[in-house]
Amino acid sequence: MTLEEIKTRLQTGVPGCRVEIVVNGSPSAQNSLLIDRRDGLAAARFLRDDIQLDFCSNATAVDWPDREKTDKVKTRQVVDGVEKEIEQTVKTRIPGYLEMVYHLFSITNREVGNQEPVVLRMRTGNRTDDVTLPSLTPVWRSAEFQEREAYDLFGVEFEGHPDLRRILMWEGFTDHPMRKDYVPPPDDEREISGGQ
Amino acid sequence: MDQDLKTELSKHGIFATTFEELYNWGRKNSVWPLTFGLACCAIEMIATTMARYDLARFGAEVFRPSPRQADLMIVSGTVTKKMAPQVVRLYNQMPEPKYVIAMGACAISGGPFRDGYNVLKGIDRYIPVDVHIPGCPPRPEALIHAFMALQDKISAQHLTGESRPRHLKAELPSEFPVPDFGEHGLEPAQNDEIFHNPLKVLQG
Amino acid sequence: MEYEQGEIMEISMGPQHPSTHGVFRMDVRLDGERVVRLKPVFGYLHRNHEKLAEAGSYLASIPYTDRLDYLCSMTNNWGYALAVEKLAGLAVPERAEYIRVIVAELTRLQNHAGMVGFLLQDMGASGTPLMYAFRERERVLDLFETLSGARMMCNYMRFGGVRVDCSEEWLNQARKLTGGFNGFLDEFEQMLTSNEILMARTQGVGVLPPELAINAGVTGPGLRASGVNYDLRKVDRYGIYDRFQFRVPLGDHGDVFDRYMMRVLELRETLKILEQALRDIPPGPIMDPKAKLRGLRPKVGEAYGRIESPKGELGFYLISDGTPNPYRYRVRPPSLINLTVLEDMCLGHNIADVVVILGSIDIVMGEVDR
Repeated sequence: MTLEEIKTRLQTGVPGCRVEIVVNGSPSAQNSLLIDRRDGLAAARFLRDDIQLDFCSNATAVDWPDREKTDKVKTRQVVDGVEKEIEQTVKTRIPGYLEMVYHLFSITNREVGNQEPVVLRMRTGNRTDDVTLPSLTPVWRSAEFQEREAYDLFGVEFEGHPDLRRILMWEGFTDHPMRKDYVPPPDDEREISGGQ
Repeated sequence: MDQDLKTELSKHGIFATTFEELYNWGRKNSVWPLTFGLACCAIEMIATTMARYDLARFGAEVFRPSPRQADLMIVSGTVTKKMAPQVVRLYNQMPEPKYVIAMGACAISGGPFRDGYNVLKGIDRYIPVDVHIPGCPPRPEALIHAFMALQDKISAQHLTGESRPRHLKAELPSEFPVPDFGEHGLEPAQNDEIFHNPLKVLQG
Repeated sequence: MEYEQGEIMEISMGPQHPSTHGVFRMDVRLDGERVVRLKPVFGYLHRNHEKLAEAGSYLASIPYTDRLDYLCSMTNNWGYALAVEKLAGLAVPERAEYIRVIVAELTRLQNHAGMVGFLLQDMGASGTPLMYAFRERERVLDLFETLSGARMMCNYMRFGGVRVDCSEEWLNQARKLTGGFNGFLDEFEQMLTSNEILMARTQGVGVLPPELAINAGVTGPGLRASGVNYDLRKVDRYGIYDRFQFRVPLGDHGDVFDRYMMRVLELRETLKILEQALRDIPPGPIMDPKAKLRGLRPKVGEAYGRIESPKGELGFYLISDGTPNPYRYRVRPPSLINLTVLEDMCLGHNIADVVVILGSIDIVMGEVDR
């Protein structure tokens, strides 16, 4: 069963499900399904029960920070009384997001998810205040500790997780260390060699 | 006492010694370590106690699980900030005289994981260390060498006078403050009475 | 059920404990001696392996993978090398594949023997099976030291092959070790498998039903002890495992005794694979000529590669953004996922059984916390 077939079955099985295929550029050719987070739980249940992807192997978070894109745009402007075409650089800010990636396999059904995983992705709104995602722990119990780790290290908040608290760092810790903009505390007296 | 006279007497079956020598000889040949393996170096420590590199012949036969019964803490492996208060608490619970061996690069200074946000950059930030063993992980022979170095250190300790060890001086502390979990790291980041920042020392 | 005040005792086992395998803590609530609730707490060895990998190149992460599951450094290296080879599209020459299989199966030998030794130590056998297991382990470590230069942190695999070639003398030593291992296993089993104390303490304890095992993502011998036939060497057929004849043992009950028997039976199957690999290894190059050791810049994309490590499914997920450093590097740790069902297996048992159940899952904290 190819990824396109899974997508069509998902769209018929979960009506109104917003899903698209994200193409992977590397030679591994592991393309992924990007599912809107509002349909996440229903789609996960469908994938587990109907398509029999019963083994969630890996659940991880990725941090995509805000990016700035610069474009050169030609506009017409009046300079010294003469209309000329001038190039202006326009900067657009593409907002970043946090992304959860799930790798699904099937143990019982050898037709799908056998040697190559079915990859599922869900994205949050942004990195600051809209960081909630549905928890897939009610569907695949193996996501329990991994989602807690994503909460601890990245700051993704999961709705419906049975026990969402920090797992690797201690309870009073306030930072999310795996984010790209994390600054470690200054407790390291850097000696002469090396240092960032 | 003259060393030649001692050997001559011992050939006749007369054993002459000082109280200090006897005391130290008994102590150094029965150092009982605490079972305190943190990470990969712990496996080499276990291998040192196994049949090939036997640590039991040096007197460290029993590894005590309780700190109240142990003399030596071999900090083997990376000490993380989450674990550091526990290490200091265990050290405080050990009765005097107590010794610490920092085994492996991670226990000495953070090792290959020094750039980590959760890694304590050396256990000597909070407790005093007697012997350091470099290596990642150090071979079992290196741990035996360190053990023998510790035994030499113990046998050279005097019972009286200014240079007597910490456990015989009533004014020196035998328990060290336990760090707290802060919001971004441990508070305090180091114990300034024990840890002397090498860079600050160089800068004068 | 209602409990009167003072009937429930809450204790914390660890992080310094004689039988938790490393710095691992369990908050246990007991009703008398029976476990009512158990929450594992870890993170005491969190050395942020993933963030360090983002700061260095792909090649610089290989020594850090040694320190993940510090008992099995060769298989960790292979998992990472497999993932990078998937990401960059590298092929591995035949002799290197055979060497990889040989060292991986040797790793499995010493890991499973050590696991049985540690399990019996936890049960109170006070070190004797562990001494026997470590005696064999030292022989395997001698081989690793001759080959790669280090006993435990071998740093041996590279992307597209292995680092150094093995000599014919080394292969002869390996053949001798493999030939003598069956005798050691017979001696080991004679003491243990039909031992009354072992059977009384492990049969019926810590049962894991197969549906829960699949749903919770348990892999490795723990999954096969519950009767589910899922061994990545047969499913994915990565490397050249499809050329070897070996069976996959399965358990009936899913209790601690089955998990212990899994290790013993897998040891025998591993010996079969080793014999075949040591017999058929061809001469040839050990590195892909197209592979660049330094400055590897895979194309933008991602890959997930997984192998059957002695603890379970070890997976690496890599995202590349075209630079020499990975953008995201993720380790899928088998020990952590296998711990998900610890509470389910321990409920209703005595606290003495908790130690035995934990020993049968076979965790290594370097992998759980990374």
